[in-house]
Amino acid sequence: MSESAKLYQVWVYLQAEPLFWLTLTIGAYLLADWLYRASGLFPLLNPVAISIILVSACLMAFDIDYERYFDGAKFIHFLLGPATVALAIPIYRNWNTVMRAKNAIIISVVLGSFFAIGITYAMAVMLQLDPLTTKSLLPRNVTAPIAMGISEIIGGVPSLTAIITIVTGIIGAALGTFVLDLFRIRDMAARGFAFGLASHGIGTARAMAKDKDAGVFAAVAMGLSGIVTAAMIPLVFFIIRDFL
Amino acid sequence: MLGAFFTIFIFQLAGEAIQKYFDLAIPGPVLGLVLMLFMLLLTHRNLNPAVTHFRTKMITSAEQLLGYLSLLFVPIGVGVIMHLQLLEAQLLRIIAIIVIGTIGTMIFTAFIFLKTSKAKADE
Repeated sequence: MSESAKLYQVWVYLQAEPLFWLTLTIGAYLLADWLYRASGLFPLLNPVAISIILVSACLMAFDIDYERYFDGAKFIHFLLGPATVALAIPIYRNWNTVMRAKNAIIISVVLGSFFAIGITYAMAVMLQLDPLTTKSLLPRNVTAPIAMGISEIIGGVPSLTAIITIVTGIIGAALGTFVLDLFRIRDMAARGFAFGLASHGIGTARAMAKDKDAGVFAAVAMGLSGIVTAAMIPLVFFIIRDFL
Repeated sequence: MLGAFFTIFIFQLAGEAIQKYFDLAIPGPVLGLVLMLFMLLLTHRNLNPAVTHFRTKMITSAEQLLGYLSLLFVPIGVGVIMHLQLLEAQLLRIIAIIVIGTIGTMIFTAFIFLKTSKAKADE
């Protein structure tokens, strides 16, 4: 057997193994994360977005089915559920902050989440998006693991929701400071809260880097809006379902 | 570490079981999150050394897992290659919704928060 035929055989064997796709996923993420840090945390080089592009490019270049890839990568995907449960920890750690500004936080989380869902739905209807995309867009302002769970339950496409959620985070983190300055909102708690509610983890990381107080309120808003939205979207959705 | 993961899994299982049993439209892991938060808050004042030790371990392990949170979306995110047509046909509209929706939500939320926290300070 020739050398290249042997190499081909090895490749055929390896690409059928989960190990290969796990390694590719982690490798792409490490590379993307390194790039992000080397760029001085440039928002457009978000490590998740870059990893997804890198892995997708590999799959397309070698003509690999997504099912085959996912069969290996599902071992990473599995941890998304436990990670969602673990989101209780940041809320618990900031519980004193929650209790100190109880009323403001509860009212703002409920109204803010409702506004986020409402404006997304209204614009999707106005711009005549197809129902599948609309459903995938609805939970876009909450943290990706929760957003994907909601998307799945209401019949959206979790993969599309993942991408949309990440883009929402990037846009919120990139434009938030400018927008809040423009509207002269100087209170650090209010700024952080808006970052966390409108652009989840990516916005929270941005708020934390700017100001400690803003970071704490961002983390609280992100956690609580995730819970409230998970309850609110199905409720709203079952009312508007007939229109989708 | 193992105990912490076991606890997290138990809460996720409980969440999934409740979701299925009552046929709720809230994802099981989110219910698990709420149950876990309740458990932590209910045992917050318990200063028994065994409990505090376990709580510290829980927090450390959970934060370690959350440190890798971004990596965990990659496998499902790659699935977007199956839906590129959906995305391509509506790309500009989707981006418009994200940009306007995010800016609008930020301003709205910041104003509501300012109003409600000020109202309390004025009392």
